[in-house]
Amino acid sequence: MPANKFNGFTDYGIGIGLRAPHYDHILSRKPVVDWFEIISENFMIDGGRPLQILDQILEQYKVVQHGVSMYFGSAEKPNREHLRRLKELVKLTKTPWVSDHLCWGSVDGRYTHDLLPMPYTFEAAKVTAQKVREVRDYLEVPVAVENVSSYAEFHVSEMTEWEFLNEVVERADCGILLDVNNIYVSSQNHSFDPMTYVNSVPAERVAQIHIAGHSKYRKYILDTHDHPVIDPVWKLYDRAIHRAGHTATLLEWDDSIPSFNEVHDEAKKANKFLASSVLATAV
Amino acid sequence: MKLLKLQRTMARAVMQPLTASERMQRKAPDGRAMRSYAARFIKPNDRLTSFERLEIYNRQYWFRLFSSMTEDFPGLRSVLGERRFDAMCKAYIVDCPSRSFTLRNLGAKLEGWLRAHPSWAGKKQTLALDITRLEWADIEAFDGEAKPALRTEDLAGAAGAELRLQLQPYVRLLDLHYPVDDLLLAVRKDDEDTDFASNAFQERRKRKHVRAVAKLKPGAVFLVVHRIDNSVYFRRVSVEEFAVLNFLRQGKALGKALDAAFRKSKMPLGERAESVQQWFENWATLGWFCQPEKKPAAH
Repeated sequence: MPANKFNGFTDYGIGIGLRAPHYDHILSRKPVVDWFEIISENFMIDGGRPLQILDQILEQYKVVQHGVSMYFGSAEKPNREHLRRLKELVKLTKTPWVSDHLCWGSVDGRYTHDLLPMPYTFEAAKVTAQKVREVRDYLEVPVAVENVSSYAEFHVSEMTEWEFLNEVVERADCGILLDVNNIYVSSQNHSFDPMTYVNSVPAERVAQIHIAGHSKYRKYILDTHDHPVIDPVWKLYDRAIHRAGHTATLLEWDDSIPSFNEVHDEAKKANKFLASSVLATAV
Repeated sequence: MKLLKLQRTMARAVMQPLTASERMQRKAPDGRAMRSYAARFIKPNDRLTSFERLEIYNRQYWFRLFSSMTEDFPGLRSVLGERRFDAMCKAYIVDCPSRSFTLRNLGAKLEGWLRAHPSWAGKKQTLALDITRLEWADIEAFDGEAKPALRTEDLAGAAGAELRLQLQPYVRLLDLHYPVDDLLLAVRKDDEDTDFASNAFQERRKRKHVRAVAKLKPGAVFLVVHRIDNSVYFRRVSVEEFAVLNFLRQGKALGKALDAAFRKSKMPLGERAESVQQWFENWATLGWFCQPEKKPAAH
């Protein structure tokens, strides 16, 4: 189950996001890490230190690319320069799959640099799936789309978020990067049962799972990636891997970043759940 | 509402500037009340109105872009002062919203925009332009392309005076009216120190910045922004050395570049040959020149 065509038939374990404050630690101590996830856009440049660091990381570690601005759900065509640079990076990293978000963020060539929520309509699903196919065909690697945290819903929506996700991935025949923290955040913001979401996702398409922390405000929750993972999110994770199997898992920590060891220890908590999923499969 | 129309409607609201108290404006981009504008396409829930839900995205947009500008232009911020810098950023982003997939390019048009809108810097316009050019050059030098460095064998058979040397793409040449390199290094040092500082210390630092900027005397500086081992450095050079580098970048042959650079020079004739030799040694050590591009074979 975990090694599927949506993650290039790999069997990756627990990874963490490659972040600048940890560069020195990683390069000097060479900790044992299953894999690193990089933000593609940070390395889609012509030269300099980021690419030098990446070269050094690639000598010792497996790397998977995760993007933040492909905007599969934007009504406009993919940015050709973006695609060209992304493909150059794919060749460099030999990433087995590429992921980006099921959202939009640009219109008429103007970028918001945010992950804006989709209207859950059949029209949007069709447009999004077409774009995912175009990107995958151009990059020549499997693509996985990630569900985002959201703070708004639209009147025009014709289905639930998980129905929309299913509609897109079926039409595009692509993988899913299932972010269980995002499911939790959105479930609190929109008052739905997060377990229903996890149970509705086509498990055979899950290429990767994200876990993370968030910030709670009086009237809503914000996806800030600046805290440890909370228990309700671990429960969703547990359920997700029981359905999808031993899946490549990544902890995101992007703000108020603690020491490398603290981040890595938090990520490795997933081992407990992965072990039980293996046992359950064996039984 | 169709997808494109919905995205345009939402983007217009998200990209509309915040109020002075960092809230969403009461008036929508189409002049109507923002409450009814938001309610047209966003559902309320039991805790938040449509307006409040849209406002989350509106605030995130501006906080993210302000943060990017503050990170990229700390020197300009110290020249203009924090409040004026924030107001200028708002005006700049409205006029020049991001058209790139990366925030790295957000400030690409700032120099030209500041030139066209001199009121933001007032009497400090020249200083503001200098520091903006330096901070943008710093970004470009940090992640600009590095081509294979020029080797001795690349020069074999080349006629000296006709030689055309290519500068590395990441090397940036700046002719400045103020010593803004000193200012930027001081601002960065202060920013490093204040990571662990109290509010009182930060207030003192702010006053120190103001004094430092006020004291900055004009004076021509010829600066090369380059990098060594992937760290960016500023190197001051003489007007003649700067001119040679500039002419070479423009594609002039070495002989013509040297002639043009020394045309109005006050450097004594007897010192020139030695200076040029020293420059070449430095340039070679610093790897500022790259191998000539191979011309495609003729068919």
